[in-house]
Amino acid sequence: MIYTIVKKNSYQDSINLMLLTNSISTIEGVNKAQIMMGTPANKDIFKTAGLYSEELETAESNDMAIVVDTDDENKMSEVLEKVEQYLKDQSISNKGNDFETVRTWDRAKKALPDATLALISVPGQYAAEEAEKALDLGLHTFIFSDNMPIEDEVRLKKKAHEKGLLVMGPDCGTGILDGVPIAFANVVKKGRIGIVGASGTGIQEVTAIIDRLGEGVSHAIGTGGRDLKEPVGAITMMDGIRALENHQQTDIIVVISKPPAKEVRNEVVDLLHSVSKPVVTIFLGEKPTQHEGNVYQAYTLEETARIAVDLAKGNEIKADYNQGNFEAANTDLKPSQRTIKGLFSGGTLASEAAVLISDALGLGSAITNEDGYVLKKDGHIVVDLGDDKYTQGKPHPMIDPETRARFIDEAGADEQTAVILLDFVLGYGSHDDMASALLPSIQKAVSHAHNEGRTLHVVASVCGTETDPQDYQAQKKKLAEAGIIVKDSNNEAVRTALAIVGLKVKDVQKAHVDAKAPAKAFDLTVSKEMEALVNNKPSVINVGLKSFTDSITAYGGRVVQFDWRPIAGGNEKMRKILALLK
Amino acid sequence: MKYNSMDEANRAVIEKISGSAPFLVDVVPAKDKIKELTEGKVLLHAGPPIKWEDMTGPMQGSCIGAALFEGWANTEEEAKQMLENGEVTFIPCHHVNAVGPMGGITSANMPVFVVENRSEGNEAYCIMNEGIGKVLRFGAYSEEVINRLKWQKNVLGPTLSKALKLTDNGLNLNVMIAKAITMGDEFHQRNIAASLIFLKEISPYIVQVEDIDNKDLKDVIKFLADTDQFFLNIAMATSKAVLDGARKIEEGTVVTAMCRNGKDFGIRISGMGDEWFTAPVNTPQGLFFTGYSQDDANPDIGDSAITETFGVGGMAMIAAPGVTRFVGAGGFSDALTTSNDMMEICIDQNSNFTIPTWDFQGACLGIDARKVVETGIEPVINTGIAHKQAGVGQVGAGTVRAPKECFEKALEAYAVKLGLI
Repeated sequence: MIYTIVKKNSYQDSINLMLLTNSISTIEGVNKAQIMMGTPANKDIFKTAGLYSEELETAESNDMAIVVDTDDENKMSEVLEKVEQYLKDQSISNKGNDFETVRTWDRAKKALPDATLALISVPGQYAAEEAEKALDLGLHTFIFSDNMPIEDEVRLKKKAHEKGLLVMGPDCGTGILDGVPIAFANVVKKGRIGIVGASGTGIQEVTAIIDRLGEGVSHAIGTGGRDLKEPVGAITMMDGIRALENHQQTDIIVVISKPPAKEVRNEVVDLLHSVSKPVVTIFLGEKPTQHEGNVYQAYTLEETARIAVDLAKGNEIKADYNQGNFEAANTDLKPSQRTIKGLFSGGTLASEAAVLISDALGLGSAITNEDGYVLKKDGHIVVDLGDDKYTQGKPHPMIDPETRARFIDEAGADEQTAVILLDFVLGYGSHDDMASALLPSIQKAVSHAHNEGRTLHVVASVCGTETDPQDYQAQKKKLAEAGIIVKDSNNEAVRTALAIVGLKVKDVQKAHVDAKAPAKAFDLTVSKEMEALVNNKPSVINVGLKSFTDSITAYGGRVVQFDWRPIAGGNEKMRKILALLK
Repeated sequence: MKYNSMDEANRAVIEKISGSAPFLVDVVPAKDKIKELTEGKVLLHAGPPIKWEDMTGPMQGSCIGAALFEGWANTEEEAKQMLENGEVTFIPCHHVNAVGPMGGITSANMPVFVVENRSEGNEAYCIMNEGIGKVLRFGAYSEEVINRLKWQKNVLGPTLSKALKLTDNGLNLNVMIAKAITMGDEFHQRNIAASLIFLKEISPYIVQVEDIDNKDLKDVIKFLADTDQFFLNIAMATSKAVLDGARKIEEGTVVTAMCRNGKDFGIRISGMGDEWFTAPVNTPQGLFFTGYSQDDANPDIGDSAITETFGVGGMAMIAAPGVTRFVGAGGFSDALTTSNDMMEICIDQNSNFTIPTWDFQGACLGIDARKVVETGIEPVINTGIAHKQAGVGQVGAGTVRAPKECFEKALEAYAVKLGLI
């Protein structure tokens, strides 16, 4: 029986409600539960989940809808009690914030008059509008929100460029500005390596390795995954490169990108050949064969970090960074066990795994994506569980273990599986203790296979630093003690998994050649707004997810929390009228 | 529109609010200032227009009391008969430059404060506070109530009138409000500091009034000293005078009145002149006197939300930590949150009234209907709670919100008027 409770005018952001949903779902006797704001889109999700009721129709955008499937009506009072407790605990934990909370841009600007950055994590359909307001207020904009139409991205980035501002994103998961981790980011030492990246976990992996190798990062500027696509034309990446070129404390520039449009790539590389600083590039899916002039070209994220660190330390650059022993002992596989199942929470880490496995299979290094499967060949799979396909109405796998646990179950039951390959991404935003959260599923899968006479290998890398909010060493230890082969980088983990199934990536020795002269001259100057962004700790108007304030206050940035709600409660008619009454 | 933008129009309106100069100049029988009250049996009431049969208990009770006070009827039954027969004409206080607390029932011979807004040359009126317990504004009409009204008409009103005439220029209300807000008043639920300041200012003149017998003198001083909320009605007349001055600018989206008749909540915005935009009232939530509960609460009623429109009352919750518990809020930090929230829907802050507990920020200035609709933050009103039955009186105090539908309707109408839709 389905029961519905509508709490009028009780707005919570979606991450909070997803966590609350998880907590309610664990109540004994609750078959299924879903708690969401009563927006039209969410009502569709309720329908899909088989949790639709008449009463749900009365819920509006600012109302919290709690729908529970239970055989015992009395459970509802327990559910309600738990919901109230959760919301109350939250308001207690909200007490004593050292930042102001506001509800409008006007107040936000008054509360933080010298704000430099707007961090926007509102639902995708509203992100462009809010980003536009931020730009109009002269703010650089970091758009965490995804699902923004590309036309909006192009318009916003052009506008920002005109105004001397930077739009990081949309779908920008990570950033580090002057030592302050933004959104999903690791705590990394400050240093001389500046990064511009069109990928979230790509930046996380490279910055974490740089930190562990003893060097540091000046800034890591996210661009969003589509910046190097044709219509956008790398507006943010090129402006970011210029900003780092002009930033005194940056000595080395690192560029990380997903597969770019060819024209755009050439334009970016031409710009890189024009800057005065050494550059390390990685275009995922490309297997470079040489370094050219000031531009060092890497194949893997680990190699990217290692070259940058050697440049920072003044060491000679090696021809090959992939030497290493990746053999695993006692592999003891049944003949049926031939495949790797890569189950990833990080999109770029998944892509890197796909590239390396595909390369080792002799299939080239190009990346595909089908329903989140970035590789699906001969029984090998690599799946990005953070893909939209798996995150509709569910928390991201970096926050919540549930989806990945399900895939681990399936992989364990598959008698072809030789290796389960995993990533554990630490840092702000991520789960407090994902190792403990996933271990039960991993152990269950291993023992299930064992009972059927198979040895199931699990290889994992942990992307994190000693200073992350989670305990990096303890995470590694927990995994290792459970019999998991733990590697420092995703590159090593993938190569180890390949070794277990008897495969190997063929690496190239890269020569260092002179660069061709760039096709045109570039203006390398930057606006004073851009100088202000790179030469100061960020002052942030955080529009949306409140948890993003944690890392900013912890690392000396200033922040005002903008508790965003849809304009006019999502009432389209009033929204139009408001737009007219200017 | 003669302004370049809505913001510019709104700025013009709020400049008239912050630049106002309200003075308390006299106390006179209502009919001396409001000629409509001399045209047959007429009663003023709180809120937007309402018919007798739609009035809730307290307002109907007040009407009966007023009929007895005016001598239109000798008994409750006679009075009721007369009202039910439609022999009495009803006019909203707001339509005749007046405001009235709770039921807001005002009749010809009730004494009213006269507040003159010297920056705009307009006046506003409000009946006098009757104290607590059995009082007309909550719908009580016992002999005790009628006798008090008669005493106010015969003694208190004329005495204050004479005293005020002995002052140089009346009493400067901006100054009194500025002082009292630093002493913990928000002018809706708490007026004790302002009432004391009033007593302090007026007593030297009261004692100079000639031809007053000793007992009356004692009664007047005792009543003023006992009546903590005496200044509320002066604050209401002040707010009305200031906002009526400001709404001479007939453009913009600044809220220029908020009021309730027990059935409907009504607002006006500067760009729409005299037109009311209404929605069903909410029922206040709060603390109740022993023996009463939320079930006894009458829906929201009274013109006193004019104080919130002016930027005080619930809008200035942070100024009055002393009443935050009484009105049901959770303490100082909740009061701070409330006032911060209210700033989200206001255009500016009134530097005439700086609030020490708010880091000397000025009180809220100019509720922008657009911001109410945009954010969904409804103005908060501190209010007394009337029993829903006539005559029982006040049963508690709390807060209530102005329904956002009023603001949506006002904006839509204004967009139509401007030819935008």
